[in-house]
Amino acid sequence: MVEALTIVLAAGLARGWRSSLAGVAAAIVVLAVIVAALGPALTVIPLQDLRLFVGSLLLVFGLQWLRKAILRASGFKALHDEDAIFANELAGAQTAARVERGGLDWYGFTLSFKGVLLEGLEVAFIVVTFGSTQGSIPLAALGAGVAIILVATVGVAVRAPLARVPENSMKFAVGIMLTSFGIFWSTEGAGAHWPGSDAALLGVIGFVIASSALLVTLLRRERETLTPSGAEI
Amino acid sequence: MSRRIAVFGRFWWDFVVGDDWIAAAGVIAAIGVTAAVARSSVSAWWVMPLGVTLVLYGSIRRAIRP
Repeated sequence: MVEALTIVLAAGLARGWRSSLAGVAAAIVVLAVIVAALGPALTVIPLQDLRLFVGSLLLVFGLQWLRKAILRASGFKALHDEDAIFANELAGAQTAARVERGGLDWYGFTLSFKGVLLEGLEVAFIVVTFGSTQGSIPLAALGAGVAIILVATVGVAVRAPLARVPENSMKFAVGIMLTSFGIFWSTEGAGAHWPGSDAALLGVIGFVIASSALLVTLLRRERETLTPSGAEI
Repeated sequence: MSRRIAVFGRFWWDFVVGDDWIAAAGVIAAIGVTAAVARSSVSAWWVMPLGVTLVLYGSIRRAIRP
């Protein structure tokens, strides 16, 4: 969501707020339709099959996040720099040709629309998977809505990318949670039983945190061996 | 029409699986092993944490391979 805000801010400042906010509104409508269509469809699947399906999806999806977070934390991948992304998007938006469609600046509209839709799909994915497995998609959607309003409010207030938000740490945490819930649900979905039932989830989260921390430590040492002078890879 | 379907499918493949399909295949294999062990008399809860750790390690090694 922080990344989407960065793109919307760049589009709004360079191309005008009307087109940029119209793009945001259109993307939110599309995301709402996706959640409204997929959510009820998933709830008709029996719980064990649903956990297997959702757990495996979360795992595959979450491992992408966790891998990137571990690579960033160990120095093998550049840290996410919101200020640099903002400067890049702003420069692109300022130089693009102006084409009007439906009274809107098309570049500003599509830049905001794509940014919010692509970043929002990750949120929609989490809302649908967590909500359907716990039997409460409206509550999961409400939580996501509150987070969106919070990020948007802070963004409007500061009119700058939220570079101070510890985004890399937050992404690490999201990767750990997605992977942990994925392990937990896919194991149950495959027919295995956790010792301690639902309380085992805490143990899974602890295990994923510990193994991720170990991987970061090992990779940092490896990177120091590869670049003893501290040069960037 | 078929091109649009291919683009749509490609988008969702990239969104969910990303650039490491071997990791996704590893996850599916780990779930299969869990299901097989769960049908026996042996407890199967440990398979996924172990399998996912190995999949993650392999995925990272492929990512940093020069």
